[in-house]
Amino acid sequence: MSYSTGEIWLIVGLMALGTFAIRFSFLGLIGDRPMPPFVLRLLRYTPVAVIPGMVAPLVIWPQATDGQLDLLRIITAVVSLAVAYRSGKVVRGMIAGAVVFYGGILIGFGG
Amino acid sequence: MHATTTKTAYHEGIRDGLPYIVMVVPFALLFGVVAIETGLTVAQTIGFSILVIAGASQFAALQLMVENAAIGLVLLAALAVNLRMAMYSASLVPYLGAAPMWQRVILSYLNFDQTYMASVHKFETEPDMTVPARVAYFLGVATPIAPLWGVTTIIGALIGTKIPDGVPIDFILPIAFLSMVAPMVRSLAHFVALLVSVGVSLALAGLPSGLGLLIAAGCAMVTGAMIETWLEGRKT
Repeated sequence: MSYSTGEIWLIVGLMALGTFAIRFSFLGLIGDRPMPPFVLRLLRYTPVAVIPGMVAPLVIWPQATDGQLDLLRIITAVVSLAVAYRSGKVVRGMIAGAVVFYGGILIGFGG
Repeated sequence: MHATTTKTAYHEGIRDGLPYIVMVVPFALLFGVVAIETGLTVAQTIGFSILVIAGASQFAALQLMVENAAIGLVLLAALAVNLRMAMYSASLVPYLGAAPMWQRVILSYLNFDQTYMASVHKFETEPDMTVPARVAYFLGVATPIAPLWGVTTIIGALIGTKIPDGVPIDFILPIAFLSMVAPMVRSLAHFVALLVSVGVSLALAGLPSGLGLLIAAGCAMVTGAMIETWLEGRKT
């Protein structure tokens, strides 16, 4: 890495400002002005629209296996999803996923 | 009465934020270690975690900085990773838009995946919450996470505590995120939106950081909303 101290602080500072601007954008500027019903309807799908797309490549092409499909990771993902869905509890999905994943590694199954 | 409900909401937020410690600690440690290895000073490393406070983009920036990429490129790629948070920001408007400006500034600073997901889930399932109670809940979720993110980064940077090589931590993230999103799938429309998000994101995995995800999320939101509209039309 060959940036000067000032350049690194510039990156940190601009990233901080940019990230805050992104986070502040709608919540900060719209406030409590009403939004059109269809927009509200779209926004209700934000969590299920963003998170699965963010996670899918990590499940299918894990960096830890140099992008090779890994059965243990796929099973873990399915178990986490299923347990959290059935129970409605985030914690249960996390525990079930961790047990399957680290249990699988312990018995020498993938990892 | 009002004060107690706000206080209760804050405590519920803390309780719901606690499980995310298991994902915050290893990644903050790792960020601290990798940042120092990359050549950042301790102050710069801490600055990153406290000022930017967005893990995925911090790692993206480091990766490009190792390659001595142009500063503009580092910023562009790292900020692209964070663009999904504009969607989070918009989706919080119906719940928190009525809060005073200074509170919305603080909420925006603390709006990352965990606080957002936990809060929206809570606000959807308990529509009667007052705005101050919602603010308190959101801040409650952030309470065990945000300070710990900073402190653990410092520990990683100073001590260089390494997670043993034999213990893969990469999959903590998918496990936690999938567990977060699954309870929010409450209808056919949600489920199809989830499938569209996965399919489009995988199909566009070759696009630069963050871009494929934005398109996938956009497609999934439109799909979900359209199915909801269609199902409503069939009922009447």
